[in-house]
Amino acid sequence: MTSLQLLWFILINVLFSGFFFLEGFDFGVGMLIKSFARNSAERDVVIKTIGPHWDGNEVWLITAGGAMFASFPMWYATLFSGFYLVLFLILAALIFRGVSFEFRANMETKRWKTFWEWAGTLGSGCAAFLFGMLFTAMIKGMPIDKNGDMTAHFTDYVNLFSIVGGVAVTVLCLVHGLNFIRLKTSGSLRDRARAWNKVLYPVLFAGEVVFALLLFFSTDFFTKKPLSTTLIVAFLVVVTALAYWGVLGNHEWLSFIGSGLSLISVVVLIFNGLFPRVMVANNPAYSLLIKNSSNSPYTLHLMTILTFTILPIVLVYFIWSYWVFYKRLASPKQQA
Amino acid sequence: MINFGLDILGLARFQFGMTTVFHFFFVPFSIGLAFVVAVMETMYAIKGDQDYKKMAQFWGKMFLYSFAVGVVTGIIQEFQFGMNWSYYSRFMGDIFGAPLAIEALAAFFMESTFIGMWMFTWDRFNKWVHVLFIWLVMFGSSLSALWILAANSFMQNPVGYIINKQTGHVQMTSFGDIVGNPQLWNEFPHVIFGSFVTAAFVVAGCAAWRLLKKDHVPFYRKSLQVVLVIGLIFSLGSIASGDTQTRYLINNQPMKVAAMEGLYKNSTQKGEWTAVAGFNTKQHKTTWSVDIPYVLNLLSYHKLSGTVTGMNQVNKELHAKYDKKYGKDINYYVPTKTLFWSFRIMSGAAALFALIAIVGLIMNRKKSQAILNQRWFLYIMGICLWLPFIVNTAGWFITEFGRYPWVVYGLLTIADAVSPNVSVASLLTSNIIYFLMFAGMGLVMVVLCHRTLKAGPDADNVEGYTSTTANDQAIDPYSKGAFNHD
Ligand code: HDD
Ligand code: HEM
Ligand code: HEM
Repeated sequence: MTSLQLLWFILINVLFSGFFFLEGFDFGVGMLIKSFARNSAERDVVIKTIGPHWDGNEVWLITAGGAMFASFPMWYATLFSGFYLVLFLILAALIFRGVSFEFRANMETKRWKTFWEWAGTLGSGCAAFLFGMLFTAMIKGMPIDKNGDMTAHFTDYVNLFSIVGGVAVTVLCLVHGLNFIRLKTSGSLRDRARAWNKVLYPVLFAGEVVFALLLFFSTDFFTKKPLSTTLIVAFLVVVTALAYWGVLGNHEWLSFIGSGLSLISVVVLIFNGLFPRVMVANNPAYSLLIKNSSNSPYTLHLMTILTFTILPIVLVYFIWSYWVFYKRLASPKQQA
Repeated sequence: MINFGLDILGLARFQFGMTTVFHFFFVPFSIGLAFVVAVMETMYAIKGDQDYKKMAQFWGKMFLYSFAVGVVTGIIQEFQFGMNWSYYSRFMGDIFGAPLAIEALAAFFMESTFIGMWMFTWDRFNKWVHVLFIWLVMFGSSLSALWILAANSFMQNPVGYIINKQTGHVQMTSFGDIVGNPQLWNEFPHVIFGSFVTAAFVVAGCAAWRLLKKDHVPFYRKSLQVVLVIGLIFSLGSIASGDTQTRYLINNQPMKVAAMEGLYKNSTQKGEWTAVAGFNTKQHKTTWSVDIPYVLNLLSYHKLSGTVTGMNQVNKELHAKYDKKYGKDINYYVPTKTLFWSFRIMSGAAALFALIAIVGLIMNRKKSQAILNQRWFLYIMGICLWLPFIVNTAGWFITEFGRYPWVVYGLLTIADAVSPNVSVASLLTSNIIYFLMFAGMGLVMVVLCHRTLKAGPDADNVEGYTSTTANDQAIDPYSKGAFNHD
């Protein structure tokens, strides 16, 4: 393995971390449209908390996918063709939620408004769940042949472990979304978000414990890398606890950063366990490795230079745009 | 010849065609509308005339709808390579991944960030800063077109690579060559000009329908003025760039040009150009045709002499060149009818666009009422609203069907590129669901644009433009005045 290959493995990890940190609260807020917000006016505010940002956040996924193609095409090809149906459903979910915000705002009848609200809610929920399921199934080990082609059956990706993974990620996104709403609104929505999180965090803890147990039995993470895996799982539990403490003690930033870090630590847990592989095959001889699934040194070199020149500029205006919209939105009742 | 059967290959191809064509309905519309809106807002910034601001906001609504659909369908595009074309992805990864990743990094972040800024900050920034946002969106989307076309150009005309002996995959040797690919610099201006034409004539068509109803006459006439100027300039531009493209292709992909012109046999020195014709593609024969002498040479070489190689001869040359590698049985004839008619639709439309723009500008002069009285002309313009979408698709049909049987010209055949491990059932399901989703989204798009038009430029219930600050009442999108900040 060359240092460039290692660097790109880490960069993909960073991009997916960024994606889950940002899109995590987008998904969360999306899921809350129908359940948490109680009337149309509240829904307007809830959607508006992510209005200017959701597209930019989704670009993190697009960049992660593009970067994977540009650095590890064998990984990209095996993963994407192997998980065909899961990815197809993710795409369908992302499409529905993506257009729902714009379309809902422009619907005249109540029935169609409701339709797009459901599209946003279910789209966000399904996307979060399926991403969780995909990544859990990916680390469990899949039927991959010597050409790198994966032919998985339904039970290979839908099983107890992957469902728990999916649910855990969904709940994580949900609490992250609520923490974001606490930061971005004032009044009744803000209070309600806190109340909801008081209930949801214990559920999340339970989910994390079950997930860690299943991780132990279903993957080789604890046997191959006992120390680092244990540390990351411990970190996950600690930041979740901190976030919960932030909910109880009303420290909004702490909760938000905490739930974001929980999502990131899940991603890091997965990448750490994968290393030095990128895809785990049932037959260890066919696992895809970092060292043999990457692009040529020339391309990796080029991509490194380009990334390190462009990304800082992007980050500047990306963060600036959050700063421009850094204002709390009032809950509808206050205005009346 | 072209196999769209119910097997993995046929379904994957159908899916690729369907999803890109759908994506490309919205892409040129958004790129073009970003430009049109930017021009309008710039005129507002310069002249301070509120009408132009209203114009930018009004047509900007359609831009936002189109953008939303363009974005969500784009994600399919990116994932599709891995999902349906895994061998292609492995083979091309070294080349294709780079432009795709740069596109995301350099272009998509810029577009998506500044579109958010533009939408939500009408009242918060100085008008010059605000106008900068829409130019940045426009710049970002052109950049994204540039990078994806760099990838597409490599497939049409591979440069700057070697074949890795161990893996058999392509390997990049010069990024400069890939960006400098002559195919790219023929393709990119043509696509961008085509996008501007698209937006210009869709807006013109919408305005025409409203003028037929005598609705907001001064507003729509003023809009018409802006887009017809843009439409004229860039329809001439797309003719010029289309012409360079054709002449470039004569040397590079002779089969494509021969099919575009419907030539089975080599043309004679007289340069007969086939205006319309019937073909027997099985026997590789032209059954009937209407020919005009010398035009072909004028079009191809800008002079009266010279000959264009016909498909039969190109076919022989390709067999001689590639049989060792790909075997004798491979078919090098491209879908002739598709290319021939697509080319006629495209170039015919370009001429029609230019004509409409000129007549429209004459009728729309300030002191004349001709544009209102000549209802037939408004009807034509209104119907032509749909034409750019057909034209863009026709153009891509030429480009993509014309490189048959290869995905990557001379290097990888379509049949070898597909994912072998995806089941027919999965593909069939996804094809059907995509189709239904696209139909639904397309319908909603049309309905929304329709409704926006009907509501007219004074409607103020548009959420996108309200401000997000807590201190103004704009949070409630139902409150009157949420839209007007002037
Ligand atoms: C409204 C849009 C529009 C208009 C008015 C035109 N085109 Fe076009 N054309 C496109 C939109 C387009 C396109 C969809 O954007 C394509 C597909 C790929 C590309 O480079 O641009 C295209 C492709 C394309 C190709 C194939 C390029 C290749 O395979 O490399 C040729 C030869 C032309 N065009 C030629 C013309 C000519 C001679 C025109 C006018 C007389 C013309 N086009 C008008
Ligand atoms: C960078 C951009 C593009 C790439 C990399 C690309 C690549 C491909 C690939 C891999 C296929 C399937 C193989 C084949 O059947 O030939 C294909 C087919 C096709 N593409 Fe493109 N394409 C691009 C842009 C577009 C656009 C913008 C359109 C139209 C709007 C388009 C229209 C089509 C059509 C109609 C087909 C089906 C043709 C067929 O099945 O033979 N393409 N393209
Ligand atoms: C098959 C190849 C293609 C891929 C993989 C692809 C990928 C994408 C993706 C991922 C997006 C969403 C970006 C976002 O979220 O902001 C997108 C949108 C966009 N794409 Fe494509 N695209 C393809 C073909 C094309 C072509 C041929 C063009 C232009 C010539 C183009 C121009 C754009 C533009 C301008 C947008 C912005 C959205 C819009 O304006 O509608 N794309 N594309």
